[in-house]
Amino acid sequence: MRLRRLPLTLAALSVLIVSVFPVYWMVLTAFKPTRDIQADTPTFWPSHPTLDHFATAISADGFGLFWRNSLLVTVSAVLAAMAVALLAAFAVARMRWRGRRGFILMVFIAQMAPWEALLISMFIIARDTGMLDKLSMLSLIYFMTTLPFTIVTLRGFLAAIPPELEEAAQMDGASRVVAFRRVVFPLLAPGLMSTSLFGFITAWNEFAFANALIIKNQDDRTLPVWLSSFSNIFGTDWGATMAAATLFMLPVLLIFLVLQRRVTSGFTAGAIKG
Amino acid sequence: MPGLWPYLLVAPTVLGAAYLLLYPLLRSVVISFQHFRTGELIRGGAAFVGLENYQEVLGSGEFWSVVWRTLLWTAVNVVLIMVISTLVALMIARLRKRLRLAVMSGLVLTWATPVLAATTIFQWLFQSRLGVVNWLLATLGLESFRSYTWFADGTSTFVILVVLVVWQSVPFAALTLYAALTTIPAELYESARIDGATGWQIFRNVTFPILRPLFGLITSLEVIWVFKCFAQIWAISRGGPDGATTTLPVYAFQVAQSLHKYDLGAAISTLTVLILVAALITHLRRMLRHEGDQL
Repeated sequence: MRLRRLPLTLAALSVLIVSVFPVYWMVLTAFKPTRDIQADTPTFWPSHPTLDHFATAISADGFGLFWRNSLLVTVSAVLAAMAVALLAAFAVARMRWRGRRGFILMVFIAQMAPWEALLISMFIIARDTGMLDKLSMLSLIYFMTTLPFTIVTLRGFLAAIPPELEEAAQMDGASRVVAFRRVVFPLLAPGLMSTSLFGFITAWNEFAFANALIIKNQDDRTLPVWLSSFSNIFGTDWGATMAAATLFMLPVLLIFLVLQRRVTSGFTAGAIKG
Repeated sequence: MPGLWPYLLVAPTVLGAAYLLLYPLLRSVVISFQHFRTGELIRGGAAFVGLENYQEVLGSGEFWSVVWRTLLWTAVNVVLIMVISTLVALMIARLRKRLRLAVMSGLVLTWATPVLAATTIFQWLFQSRLGVVNWLLATLGLESFRSYTWFADGTSTFVILVVLVVWQSVPFAALTLYAALTTIPAELYESARIDGATGWQIFRNVTFPILRPLFGLITSLEVIWVFKCFAQIWAISRGGPDGATTTLPVYAFQVAQSLHKYDLGAAISTLTVLILVAALITHLRRMLRHEGDQL
């Protein structure tokens, strides 16, 4: 019986290795002394771990600035998308009005928008309106790229909360706004949390627009664009390059760890329930 | 007054979409009908030239070779992604609990890897002198790969980009397919097995028909993602070497940004969207109708 399962176990192990190895290799290289990185025979275990490469990456020109830029752009885009999406999701999930169906279809279509095809016109619009080389332009674009998805998921979460709860509060004399804030909002908090984290990841990783719209003012670059030019920054120092990549990935990894435990069940249930 | 509230609530969304999605889209189409180069970018006052840009783009051999390359790129990636994801999903369903959890965590880790981190890692993995891939190939006896420069050759750069995109895309497809597999009642498999069906027959006659709508959805999503893929290609090769990895979105950006021919770039972008819509129109219609029914 054990022998019959062997091919399956081998297949599972190879899938595991292929999926984990690149990330493992990144982290391992970041901790390896340069001598080991340049050795003819690579080592697959950290025998002399060092923090030198992280020190090099952190002290690289503008590293702190690009972190601040990325955080600023991402957080402002996600907060704006949450606020706007919450209003729209409430109108869609709780109210009946003409044009509701058309609005939802529009949101679904916007979710599939070919953003890469808008690089050129966005560049020209940004230039015409004096928004070129401005982080606020990136914030606006990331707001719009995450908005449709945020509306769809929040609508799912809202629909899962029975309207009777608000109605009961309203019968007790609360206004609709108060009923929403006191009754619905606390129940919605986990949904808001997970949705915003997914938005955070999308905006944190975005490369094409950050690359096309921040040109002259190099201080306004974000982390993905900075990382894409690693050979100009670190030359052939692969240890520092991998340390920079590790630091860039860290927030995303933390978010996935948080999400995986708390949200996978609630998230999918909320997203599927119409 | 309650009649006005829903419209006020969706107003910010509609305004945002109008300015940040619809307007750029229309502007792109308008520019594709204008003469719009560096002069017009600085001074404004672009003149309409009708279909001239489209004639120039469609008349160039370069454009058509990019179109064929993009179709090849999309086909190779999507076929590999779907086949591997299906196999991985079927495999996960047969694993014991601990190994299943390990494989799924590994896939989530891959999924969580940011695009730009992944492109940087792959450049390191395939580095010519110190890269671990060349070391492994040379150790396995393939001496010609010692210090092989992958990124100097068009075909091998293309291959690496395919490996990268497949590696990044399989987790989503495999985990979604696996989640759907778990919803198929075990009785169906049992009765098929009692009737003497082989593994392949069970997949073809039981599993696949049930999962068909999901297969359709995932395939179209992957077609969209792979077809318009830009960040991976730009970060690793910028479409090179010698244009060997230039797909339509990369080509449009090159023509606009490097050659300052914004009009031609906009025309290429518009054609890109049209090709994508034409390829997926039947499926998109079905999907939107399905979503519409759920409202």
